[in-house]
Amino acid sequence: MIVAREQPPSGITRASLWKDLRLEWRSKDAINSMLFFSLLVVVVFSFSFDPNAEESRAIAGGLIWVAFLFAAVVALNQTWAREIRNQVLDAYRVSPAPANSLFLAKAIGNFIFVSVLETLMTPLFVLFYQLRPLGPAWQLLLVAALGTWALVVNGTFFAAMSLRTRSREIMLPLLLFPISIPALLAMVQATTNILTGEGARVWIALLLSYDLVFTSACLLLFEVVLNAE
Amino acid sequence: MNRYLIAAYAATWIIHIAYLATLVSRYARLRREIEDLKKSR
Amino acid sequence: MKKAFPILGVVTALLLTYALYQALVVAPTEQTMGDVQRIFYYHVPSAWTAFILFTINLIASLVYLATRKPDADIVALVTAEVGVVFCTIVLVTGPVWARPVWGIWWTWDMRLTSTLVLWLIYVSYLVLRRFSSGGETPMLAAALSIFGALCVPFVYFSIWFFRTQHPQPVIGGGGSIDPRMLHVLLINWLAFSCFAFLICWSRYRLEKIQREVEQAHAMQSLITPRRDR
Repeated sequence: MIVAREQPPSGITRASLWKDLRLEWRSKDAINSMLFFSLLVVVVFSFSFDPNAEESRAIAGGLIWVAFLFAAVVALNQTWAREIRNQVLDAYRVSPAPANSLFLAKAIGNFIFVSVLETLMTPLFVLFYQLRPLGPAWQLLLVAALGTWALVVNGTFFAAMSLRTRSREIMLPLLLFPISIPALLAMVQATTNILTGEGARVWIALLLSYDLVFTSACLLLFEVVLNAE
Repeated sequence: MNRYLIAAYAATWIIHIAYLATLVSRYARLRREIEDLKKSR
Repeated sequence: MKKAFPILGVVTALLLTYALYQALVVAPTEQTMGDVQRIFYYHVPSAWTAFILFTINLIASLVYLATRKPDADIVALVTAEVGVVFCTIVLVTGPVWARPVWGIWWTWDMRLTSTLVLWLIYVSYLVLRRFSSGGETPMLAAALSIFGALCVPFVYFSIWFFRTQHPQPVIGGGGSIDPRMLHVLLINWLAFSCFAFLICWSRYRLEKIQREVEQAHAMQSLITPRRDR
């Protein structure tokens, strides 16, 4: 795709995002593998725990997010793979388009993929584990959005980083998981607290600040990582 | 002397010495490489 | 400079011996915990040293991003590696202390957990350095170091919230410390800081030589084929 020099950065983001969404719509590679993967996780977990309704409220938050985290890695790993194949990334590097537009396009694309996965998988979770939140359910939407962004923004960044290493597919979770521990803890605790009817304000605030800090860090450092020689 | 105390102090030094040993072996390997480089020149 | 190294080595050895004597003989025995409490004099100085090394790692990474000086990158690598060694000691001596005092090897309390997460973050930093072998490694590592440092406050806050919400199995330190114990603690800390500095110095020299040898190898592979012809 040729991007004219006069394009504003948001235009580049939109063009790149649109291209990724269309590619995904035609192949459905990422979403299919994520769906099947998280389905497997749900089934395996339900066999290994066999909980009743009360117990599943307490553990469901952890299960859901662990399933989504592992599934997200599948999508994140192929974020940049497509761009290497025909040296698209090199072309992007020499083009005058700002690096952050590309990064935002990729991060938003991954956010959409993982969100679609979550909307498809959540009903299944509710069915399998007989979940009924005791707290305000609308807060779950907020937690899901903030939590997904936290995983996806760092994930997109570290996927770009692990491109430069040997055995890149293994590298991504090794880099992403330690940094994501606070976000993951916040997501799991917020979800569990909403399900059991306790307050989750503190956790949502923590997630929000995590998102703000790490989004800024990604935008500040992405150019360095993209152009590192 | 308490055995937990001894265990903790011993563990500390074992870890330090193990790390130092890796450094020494890396030094040795480098020295060999330098010798090879000199010979081949 | 060449003479300073053995002198510092002798001074450090003397200091460590003196500190050991202080910790085992001079320091008063704690009333409730008994002799086991003397693990304190190795556990806490190691933790402080590790935190200082990680701080230097962040500063060196920032300096590298600003100046691109290879020396700053070597300092970052060395402090992360030695910091992980000291952090490992904290994580090993912690449970050995916890077992006789609290009756359990491991507890997910605030300090142990956050130290473990910190350890994971810096191990992933070292893994990245191990797995990427090119000119871009220092840039990627510097970026990851900044991410790791940004993560530290989130780790502390999230685990703090987590712990204040759940029944606490352990009562954290608190209270005042006997001035004689503080004195011994500071001597041990000084000794271990000198020791850490000494290890960092030799690791720094090792890395310097290693890079020179790699350059020499590269030069030779440029020259040799021509000689064969």
